[in-house]
Amino acid sequence: MLQWLLEPLSFEFMRNAMMVGILSGILCPVVGSYLLVQRMALLGDVMAHSVLPGLAIAFFLKINILIGAFVSGVISALLIAWIRSQTRVKVDAAMALIFSSFFALGVLLITLLRNKLELDGFLFGDILGVSQADVLRTGGITLLVLALVRLFYQELFFYTFDRLGAQAMGLPINAIYVGLMSGVTLTIIASMQTIGVVLVVALLVGPATTAYLLVKELHQMMAVGALLGTIASIMGMYTSYYLNVPSGPCIVLISFAFFMLAVLFSPSQGLLTAKTRSPKPTS
Amino acid sequence: MLLVQCLTVNYRNVSALRDISFKLRAGALVGLIGPNGAGKSTLIKALLGLIPAQSGRVLYGDRPLIQQRRQVAYVPQRSQIDWDYPTTVWNVVMLARSRHHGWGRSPSRQSVQIVGDALGRVGMLDLKDRPIGALSGGQQQRVFLARAIAQEADLLLLDEPLAAVDKKTEALVFQIYDELKAEGKTMLISCHEWGGILNHYDELLLLNQQLIAQGAPQEIMTPENIQLAYGLLPHQKHFHDSVEPLFFC
Repeated sequence: MLQWLLEPLSFEFMRNAMMVGILSGILCPVVGSYLLVQRMALLGDVMAHSVLPGLAIAFFLKINILIGAFVSGVISALLIAWIRSQTRVKVDAAMALIFSSFFALGVLLITLLRNKLELDGFLFGDILGVSQADVLRTGGITLLVLALVRLFYQELFFYTFDRLGAQAMGLPINAIYVGLMSGVTLTIIASMQTIGVVLVVALLVGPATTAYLLVKELHQMMAVGALLGTIASIMGMYTSYYLNVPSGPCIVLISFAFFMLAVLFSPSQGLLTAKTRSPKPTS
Repeated sequence: MLLVQCLTVNYRNVSALRDISFKLRAGALVGLIGPNGAGKSTLIKALLGLIPAQSGRVLYGDRPLIQQRRQVAYVPQRSQIDWDYPTTVWNVVMLARSRHHGWGRSPSRQSVQIVGDALGRVGMLDLKDRPIGALSGGQQQRVFLARAIAQEADLLLLDEPLAAVDKKTEALVFQIYDELKAEGKTMLISCHEWGGILNHYDELLLLNQQLIAQGAPQEIMTPENIQLAYGLLPHQKHFHDSVEPLFFC
């Protein structure tokens, strides 16, 4: 058993991938919790796809792809907010439109600029390509985003719970929105290599949703989500190694299995375990 | 004193409020009434700068209200809140203290004391650790009233705080209004209630996109004004929660 666990770690790429996987397993549910409580889970998916044009351009110009992806992701979030505020178009339509358009632009740019960007790895995650530099980058992003979440926890809680109330009290809600979207984009960039952009939304939303069924407060949801995300990442990596399949889908499906277990067996809300599932009081 | 001058608000190119002007004296308990779609919520939001006004100004004391947001407590309509949000009663009321401690800092001992007192006043201290989704409508409204109290603001703008509350909560809320009034707080409260309950207010603002009347309840609830606001004669108005039909007209 120990041999089974240790063997993959004898390879440097697996050690690197495992580190990146663990870091994204912690980071994604923390940031994803904020999307979830705003009923904006799919925004994570939108932004994950929206980093593609930035990646293609940065790759072509030989600048840091992190910068390209970041700028592209944040622009997509701003465009969605702009469409929402200036037109009658609802947010789901705005997200669908921006998501597909940015992704299409990215695919076009990759072709036109004759990029050697590995689209498959980008889409579904490729643990073979994770370098030491990627580990450092992901570590840096994780530390930065977690520190900012800690620092602005109360403001982000206020914004995501009662945006109008926060605005009425004079909190800078536009800056908070941009900050939150920057955090989401950075998280996606950090997780891109192990899970891929198509599936990163699952790690943003999956463990946090599972935690939502188990605890009653936002910070607990983040902590339990991070624990579940880490376990899902580690188990996904081993599955990927031994079955020789992409790591992204493994992590996602394990995360979904946790969710189903919580749906059925959550002590307070499980379909099979909750003692009383009385309707909410109404008066 | 709150002074509103010529406030006009358009919402997506449709006129929502036209040329609203009024004054609220310090320490007054003022009800904002009018039919659905009259612009009650819009007026409260426009006062706070939450939606842009095409023209007009809102002064508190001698300065624009939006420059003094710490002086204003706002309670949004209950329907604007996601009650399944994973948080507790205590955390919601603590939001009132957001501007009182620095980024990343834990609440001060003073804030903890103030939040505890506010919850005690609305009778919710025992339920402080309860998830907000497990509260009744009346309890949810009391939590938001506690948040407004804990902010220690001078001006309170409350959007339908009595929607979906039971009679016990209603009595408690009016008792708290009286206490706040005695402390010199000014309150503007939009309401959909009718009948004798309106007599609790010092003044009413009768609104239907424009200000139809302002004054003491008995003075302004005339058949003419009601017809102007509601397009109905008084006896045609459906008094869904009134025991005595419009007895002060």
